[in-house]
Amino acid sequence: MNQDQQSDNALFKDHLKRLKSDRRNTIYWQLFIFVVFIILWETTSRLGWIDPLIFSSPYKVSTLLFSNLIDGSLWFHLRITLFETVAGFLVGTVSGIVLAFLLWYSRKFSDVLDPYLVVLNALPKVALGPIIIVALGPGYTSIIMMGAIISFIITALVVYGAFREVDPNYLKVLESFGATKWQCFREAVFPASFPAMISTFKVNVGLSWVGVIVGEFLVASKGLGYLIVYGFQVFNFTLVLYSLLVIAFFAAVMYQAVEKLEKKIIKKN
Amino acid sequence: MSFLQIKQISHYYFSRTNYTKALDNVSLSVDEGSFVSFLGPSGCGKTTLLSIVAGIIRPTHGSITLQQQDLLENDNEIGYMLQQDYLFPWRTILENTLIGPKIKQTQSSSTVERAKNMLIEMGLENVLNSYPSSLSGGMRQRAALVRTLLTDPSLLLLDEPFSALDFQTKLKLEDLVSTLLKKYNKTSILVTHDIGEAIAMSDKIYLMKANPGEIHQQFEVPIEVRNLTPFEARKHVKYQNLFDRIWEELNSLESRSAIR
Repeated sequence: MNQDQQSDNALFKDHLKRLKSDRRNTIYWQLFIFVVFIILWETTSRLGWIDPLIFSSPYKVSTLLFSNLIDGSLWFHLRITLFETVAGFLVGTVSGIVLAFLLWYSRKFSDVLDPYLVVLNALPKVALGPIIIVALGPGYTSIIMMGAIISFIITALVVYGAFREVDPNYLKVLESFGATKWQCFREAVFPASFPAMISTFKVNVGLSWVGVIVGEFLVASKGLGYLIVYGFQVFNFTLVLYSLLVIAFFAAVMYQAVEKLEKKIIKKN
Repeated sequence: MSFLQIKQISHYYFSRTNYTKALDNVSLSVDEGSFVSFLGPSGCGKTTLLSIVAGIIRPTHGSITLQQQDLLENDNEIGYMLQQDYLFPWRTILENTLIGPKIKQTQSSSTVERAKNMLIEMGLENVLNSYPSSLSGGMRQRAALVRTLLTDPSLLLLDEPFSALDFQTKLKLEDLVSTLLKKYNKTSILVTHDIGEAIAMSDKIYLMKANPGEIHQQFEVPIEVRNLTPFEARKHVKYQNLFDRIWEELNSLESRSAIR
């Protein structure tokens, strides 16, 4: 009996060990691919197999990164783009949820608005860029609007769908206590739709970066999107790649932050 | 005058292509403190009737008075229990039971105390601050019962509240609900398709038929059976007699509708 248990425990320990080594193995492979990619990029660029003028090299990009980090210009441009992206994300998401609420609240309103929403959803929002910039002036406001408008309609549609799918029996419970429509929303519909809302957050993080970078392409004189366009115009592709890397890194950070938030909220539910 | 009076209620469901008559000219009255059941096959409109009494659906025709008042003016008097507990998963058990007072904006420290006491009375003292997902089906339904009773409704509507439970839990909960309702002298209407449950719990049973929903027949439960708890009632000989009568009636209804 005792011996049995001992061997069971040993089996379990083996299992844990195997899991751990599996995980380590995966990380090794991920690092390996990264290192190989960097080495290949550097050597092919130095040997002239790829055009160093277009593809630059890891050495040049990291030198630029380092010098920009020290002279503060990295932070200068980054902070503008980050601010615009976060603001665009918040404006787009919050106004999308507000529209979803209005659609849910009034059936008539959603019926009337339906064709317009379909058209607006199908329309590529960045095409509105020139109009927004002329209307709001070249500056933060229009770039934030670009980041917001790109996620606004899709948020409204997805969240409205989630609101409608809430089990009607929850509403029945509340209605039997004489709840108003607003009370039904606050007590049941909104909290029940948390998971759906969080997953739109995740999509919107990516969308807001798109909107803001395109906005900066069009108008800005500061920010990471501006650096890309500037590098393109003066044919400095080291600058382009450097900006791209910074954007990729911080977009991933924002995504992870939303994922953390999701875990926190879902656990509470 | 009766406590609750249902006068010539008809109800239609309209769809794009068709309409169905869910209820046809249903009239009945319920005395204060009594327990009434609507029994019938699915599609006989019993849940529709309950929803109308609850004020959730407006009937196409007819009217309902509760204590001589039109129902639409005092629907606050009614408590509703559904087939499942429908406790909100993001609220603790105590918060769930307090949802009624919160909606009616009558929440105070004394209602919180009352909720706690009722939960303790139901044997839920250890889970006041737990979330519904960690409770068993029976415990959840008991919490839902506290939620319904906390607003002190004068009329209680039970829409197959035991149908999602396992048999043992169901029998225990029937006893609990029955004794509680007698203790607080509540008027109750139960909707069920379980003949045994209807007999064991009620004073009067309305047997309904489908297409369109109508009251087919009514049965008085013998006084000897009424005064027993549901579990004891099931052992009584008169329980068995009534069961057989209703069983036959249901069968004849079924064969008649099959011929049509």
